[in-house]
Amino acid sequence: MKKYRGLLYLLPAFLFLAVFLIYPLIDVFIYSLEEGYSSASQQYAGIGLYNYQYVLRDPYFTQALINTVLLVVITVPISTGLSLAIAFLLMRIEKLRSLFQTIYFLPYVTNTLAVGMVFMVLFKQTPYSVGFVNMVMGWVGLSPVDFIDGPYWAKMFVLCFYTIWVVMPFKILILTSALASVNPMYYDAAKIDGTSSWRTFYKITLPLISPSVFYLIITGFIGAFKAYSDAVALFGTNLNSAGMNTLVGYVFDMLYRDGGGYPSYASAAAILLFAIVLTITVINLMVSKKYTHYS
Amino acid sequence: MKKRKPITWLLLVLWAIMVLFPFYWMVLTSVKGYSAYNAEYTPQLFCANPTFENYIYAFTEVDLGRYLFNTVIFTMITTALMVVVSILAAYGFARLDFPGKNIVFTGFLALMMIPNELVVITNFQTITELNLRNTFLGLILPSVTSVFYIYLLKENFAQIPDSLYYAAKIDGSSDWKYLWKVMVPMCRPTVVTITILKVIECWNSYIWPSLITDDSKYYLVSNGIQQIRESGFGRANIPAMMAAVVIISIPLIILFLLNRHKIMSGVVRGGTKG
Repeated sequence: MKKYRGLLYLLPAFLFLAVFLIYPLIDVFIYSLEEGYSSASQQYAGIGLYNYQYVLRDPYFTQALINTVLLVVITVPISTGLSLAIAFLLMRIEKLRSLFQTIYFLPYVTNTLAVGMVFMVLFKQTPYSVGFVNMVMGWVGLSPVDFIDGPYWAKMFVLCFYTIWVVMPFKILILTSALASVNPMYYDAAKIDGTSSWRTFYKITLPLISPSVFYLIITGFIGAFKAYSDAVALFGTNLNSAGMNTLVGYVFDMLYRDGGGYPSYASAAAILLFAIVLTITVINLMVSKKYTHYS
Repeated sequence: MKKRKPITWLLLVLWAIMVLFPFYWMVLTSVKGYSAYNAEYTPQLFCANPTFENYIYAFTEVDLGRYLFNTVIFTMITTALMVVVSILAAYGFARLDFPGKNIVFTGFLALMMIPNELVVITNFQTITELNLRNTFLGLILPSVTSVFYIYLLKENFAQIPDSLYYAAKIDGSSDWKYLWKVMVPMCRPTVVTITILKVIECWNSYIWPSLITDDSKYYLVSNGIQQIRESGFGRANIPAMMAAVVIISIPLIILFLLNRHKIMSGVVRGGTKG
């Protein structure tokens, strides 16, 4: 009995994991294959791939897929590049560095929903108020646009803008700590050789911090594919009618909200999302293996 | 090298403004009077005569106090349960031996790769079938375990030298006592870090609460503010909504400013947003 005492300590964690992680993981695949499942009667008509076909033919799913892919393709490179630049600039100063780091990290601890509403107010244009962003655009002679209820590109722009604002703290933090751990000896050597600062960055710094950069690219792809709360904060819960739904939003709308009550469709969509994310992650890992420098 | 420093400073200050401006705007809007705000077609960057009426309004017109109270309860119980469950499991993995431990641990690590979005669907069905919708139990139970925090603690526990354990054993201390009297105090920084990270996660959680509660008595701040925006006063009274946003944001900002080194080093060691 004493031999198994260790298991006793694991028991609470395993109970939680079994009920809320392992069982659901198996169950979601079963759900996705049960055709015509009804929550009310808990019965289904048959087994097959109909749910996947339905989801793939659903125009809302297509819209969500397009929105999500656009969001990923736009925000991941911009946020990674921008955070790299900011982290690099941060390392060039010594005074006030910790103050800047604290400020830059602030969005990480704020409620995505709550601050998203501030962005909504900043970008919104109503008959009574032009809104801050439109006012600034007016100063440089641009015509006003309603970013919240207006044209698609404008809504996409705010969503990307807010997403980048939200993900920057994490990336800046990871990259500054990666940069701080680079041995200064390399820089001294480069200086003695008279290497230009751009060349130093490109040939020394970047390879040395490449594991962190690829870590951020991989987690960035995963995170951006799972975007949802940011869109809700900006456009409200009815994302389908706003044309701004994301894949995760589509899953939850199918499960619960206005069009909800279809766990089978939700499961099929969630598995499709997971398959996409897994494929992209595997590709990312293969690419990073080729280019990452591990010292 | 020296010459380019002003540009460095300029760019850093610019990004700081980008980060801070939304916070300035939310505080600014929240102290503008309702009529004053609606009278200005072009937004004013300053407020000549600030008022606190919006803050009173936010607490009286909707149940913001209740949302805050719910969130505090939810956060405290979830975090406390998570810490205890994680400490026990981490101890089991780090210190105690049992047959098949390595296989179990490998399988356990594999669980880290399961995305939340996949399991939420069945959890939603489970909680609904157990009639736990609109209850604290339904909110808390699926949010308790975190594979990653158990892993983080286990790594820390494993660093404590074996000799301490044997010394305690010779003194007649039980495993249970050794865990709470020696291990946990020695690994306090890690325990504190995962506690704070979990508090942030709980305070900001939106998806699960929005699925599992539709009775406003059980709203947390995230879906509370969403409710205010869509059917409460947020549609018309932007300053009052911003006051609610300020109230929701302040607790975490204070927590962050008081523990910024712990939080930031904790996130470096393995946090992601969400």
